[in-house]
Amino acid sequence: MKRTPLYDEHLRLGGKMVEFAGWEMPVQYSGVVAEHVAVRERVGLFDVSHMGEIWVTGSSAERALELLTCNRVSALYDGKAQYSALLNDQGGVIDDIIIYRFSSERYLLCVNASNADRDFEWLVSRNTTDAVITNVSAEYGQIAVQGPRAIELLAPLVRSCDLTQVKSFHFVETEILGTNVIIARTGYTGEDGVEIFVPSSKTVDIWRLLLEHGEPYGVVPCGLGARDSLRLEAALPLHGHELAPDISALESGLGWIIKFDKGEFIGRQALLAQREQGLKRKLVGLFLTDAGIARQGDTVDSIDGRGAVGVVTSGTKTPTVQRALAMALVDNSVSTVDTKVSCVVRGRTIGAVVVSLPFYRRAR
Amino acid sequence: MDFPEDYKYTKDHEWVQMSGDVATVGITEFAQSELGDLVFVDLPKVGASVKQHGTMCVVESTKAASDVYSPLTGTVASVNDALTADPGLINRTPYTEGWIAKISGVSVAEIAGLMSAAEYKALLGK
Repeated sequence: MKRTPLYDEHLRLGGKMVEFAGWEMPVQYSGVVAEHVAVRERVGLFDVSHMGEIWVTGSSAERALELLTCNRVSALYDGKAQYSALLNDQGGVIDDIIIYRFSSERYLLCVNASNADRDFEWLVSRNTTDAVITNVSAEYGQIAVQGPRAIELLAPLVRSCDLTQVKSFHFVETEILGTNVIIARTGYTGEDGVEIFVPSSKTVDIWRLLLEHGEPYGVVPCGLGARDSLRLEAALPLHGHELAPDISALESGLGWIIKFDKGEFIGRQALLAQREQGLKRKLVGLFLTDAGIARQGDTVDSIDGRGAVGVVTSGTKTPTVQRALAMALVDNSVSTVDTKVSCVVRGRTIGAVVVSLPFYRRAR
Repeated sequence: MDFPEDYKYTKDHEWVQMSGDVATVGITEFAQSELGDLVFVDLPKVGASVKQHGTMCVVESTKAASDVYSPLTGTVASVNDALTADPGLINRTPYTEGWIAKISGVSVAEIAGLMSAAEYKALLGK
């Protein structure tokens, strides 16, 4: 199993290690609920070094990425980041990614850990330009600092720029402790915060600095458990759950990043045809109305005897919303808010109702 | 980790405390720490028959659902309704307020076959 540069730190901090996408990662330290609440109320630190990083460079980089990804790459400018996806020819999602533009000839792609190698091979195999594509995942550690006090914690450590001026989905190249880092105002928790790309060899130093310096701000290290409950409340999709190669990007709610009018890109033809024929399924939110928790793979049934009308993609009871909730891919016939359905949980039928997403939205 | 001396234990990490011929059952400190913060307990039904090592109820963390096995054969005499509102009682006080059910009509032979605190600790390697 692979380990991030912070493996020994996790052990020292009492992290409970589990296998995730081929990596040995902490699922929790003090407890999922305490860590989740810390991020909503104060600030939490996540090791996300398992995420993959891929450079796309050269004078054809923009043209290459317009074809390889579905969002409008030409809308980016230096210092701007963009949520996007790699689609297959059927319009399914190979991976969801963030693209960072450093210059018109240098773009960094941040991809999911479980998909990094596959993404890289796919990008190379489908690149029709002379853009150079390099997998640099091993060179970077990544630390996410998330929560309402994240910027306050970080600002004094970053002297060469004013972090408060870095807007959402923007990034800066700067220094922490004399180390060159990339700080992006992005995250996966539904809170304000940043993701910091650091050289692998310096990840431990910066992690320790953030923990030590963050103490007065109430910082806690957070594991994958809290990361999952936080992203679920914010209805941020997770590859392998809401997003998958056999689920259309339109059905899984990525329509807002699919720019049909930008010209050809992989998956465009299939998605155009689907849009014309009308979509059959939709990603919705559910609140369970009876006691129980629906989880990925549980069937969603209609309540009028039509049988299965969908499947749960993620579900749990979360600490902030404090309700059993789920995201589910369901038939259009039951996708309207307030529609009553049921979930089959270990053979038991539990009532549920369709609600609007996200489950949680931070006050701004 | 704490394992009360006067309790009995199973290899599946449940505990039993006898009071007359009624067994109070729950999960051990070790079990709760492995499961993490519990957010839902699907309590057994009062009056239900349970079999030793058969599924008695389900406890759920944010991440997963886990079966809790009955340490003894018998009938569910009462359940800890406080767990419905606060499943975290199992995490905080697994041996007292975190009890799950009381089982009546249990067999002396089955009780004799359960582990002592020392045996359970040995099983965990503690």
